[in-house]
Amino acid sequence: MNEKYIVRSAKVASRLLEGEMMIMSAADSTLFNLNKVATLIWQAADGRTPLSEIVQSRICREFDVRLDVAYRDAEAFVHELASHGILTVLDQPVAASGAPEKPWA
Amino acid sequence: MGLMDHLSSKALRLGVPLSVHLDVTYRCNERCEHCYLEHDDLGEMSTGEMRGLLQQLEQSGVFFLTISGGEPLVRRDCFEILAMARSLGFNVKLKTNAILVKEQQARKLHSLGVEQVQVSVYSHRPEVHDAITKVPDSLFRTVAGIRLLRSHGVKVTVANVLMKSNFADAREVSALARELGAHYTLDPTITPMLNGDRSILRLGLASNEVRSLFRDANLVGDVHAFCAPPPPIDDEAREGFPCSAGHTACYVSPYGDVYPCVQFPLPCGNVRKETFLHIWRNSSQLREVRSIRGKDLPTCSSCAHLGTCTRCPGLAFMEGNMRGPSSADCEKSFLRTGLLTAGMQAHAAASNTSATCGLVQIEGSQPSPVPAVTVARAL
Repeated sequence: MNEKYIVRSAKVASRLLEGEMMIMSAADSTLFNLNKVATLIWQAADGRTPLSEIVQSRICREFDVRLDVAYRDAEAFVHELASHGILTVLDQPVAASGAPEKPWA
Repeated sequence: MGLMDHLSSKALRLGVPLSVHLDVTYRCNERCEHCYLEHDDLGEMSTGEMRGLLQQLEQSGVFFLTISGGEPLVRRDCFEILAMARSLGFNVKLKTNAILVKEQQARKLHSLGVEQVQVSVYSHRPEVHDAITKVPDSLFRTVAGIRLLRSHGVKVTVANVLMKSNFADAREVSALARELGAHYTLDPTITPMLNGDRSILRLGLASNEVRSLFRDANLVGDVHAFCAPPPPIDDEAREGFPCSAGHTACYVSPYGDVYPCVQFPLPCGNVRKETFLHIWRNSSQLREVRSIRGKDLPTCSSCAHLGTCTRCPGLAFMEGNMRGPSSADCEKSFLRTGLLTAGMQAHAAASNTSATCGLVQIEGSQPSPVPAVTVARAL
């Protein structure tokens, strides 16, 4: 399995309300409301932690769900957010400075 | 229920101030004749104070932040404030006249991810716009600023406050907004100055002008539905409250004063003396505003328009009673539907010995020669 890394867009606004993240994209003013599971993934999207590790350490620890099932759902979720431009999915981790260590995938 | 309604309901249930309007200065490089502010600097919050306030707003759950003035860009640290706000995750809307927006500012606003910039345009004709702002070439400079913002992909809303002097230009301003790739909004309400001076109300639209706006399908959509008589009052109207002011929204002045809304000058506390969250949760004034329901309004609770009126409690407050009618909104309800409001009837009854007292506040200092009730029936 190729590792995936996810990083939040700098062009969005976000706020946690009762455990659920609301996000608005500056690009098209679309409003998103993430449920508690999606919120955990969003909060962990630092561009350096592999998605598999996020799912294992944040999702499977908190919720009673099998790793392969959770990972498949998480992968679909991050690609959907990426299609709206509020998250970027990378094949490589970003550098500590925020710049990708290697060219963007 | 839409997602925004869902979030608003959740914020209301949790007591979260979802939206804050923050004026970072009252200073301005224009002198608009209808402006409700005085432009002296009486001790604006410093950059550090603004940083502390923004952190408090973030911790309080504020999501939508409108940064306005005065003209916010006259503050040398305005972009520092905007950058702080964006780094704290706010959805930021900036209200400006765009005169100070040059290439560098437009690029920065885009790179910061500011959600939207709202720019006031009063006319497509320089002689009309500049006469309102009292600044030569202001229309030219404002439009140039909008073009720069659009060229960098920043969303712009052209806000068109309508008065007697520019009423005839509304369609052309709307067309200009389209040509610029901007949204267009129209506001037919002039509000009293925050210091209580009501003289600027004389600039507002005449009744027949407001009525014609309400019958313009391009503005209101289905005119028949928009102007239909109000439905019978139900429990939702009796138990409802008029707007988000003090419930999920509030206003903070450049001096740190907290009010329910920018149009509701009821002092609730000052963030230089107490934390924002303490004021939001404990201010007796905010608690009072929150406690008022439709059924508690001595005049309006019996009004047929209760469920559909846009009654502004701030305007009512400026008329002397936050539980009273707002005459500007009474007029709108009347001009929309042709049905007198309870506020108008009470006003007419109270002044029936004064045949020259104007019924409609928007007529300002030009009293109607016709008795109030007769005016209403004639319309």
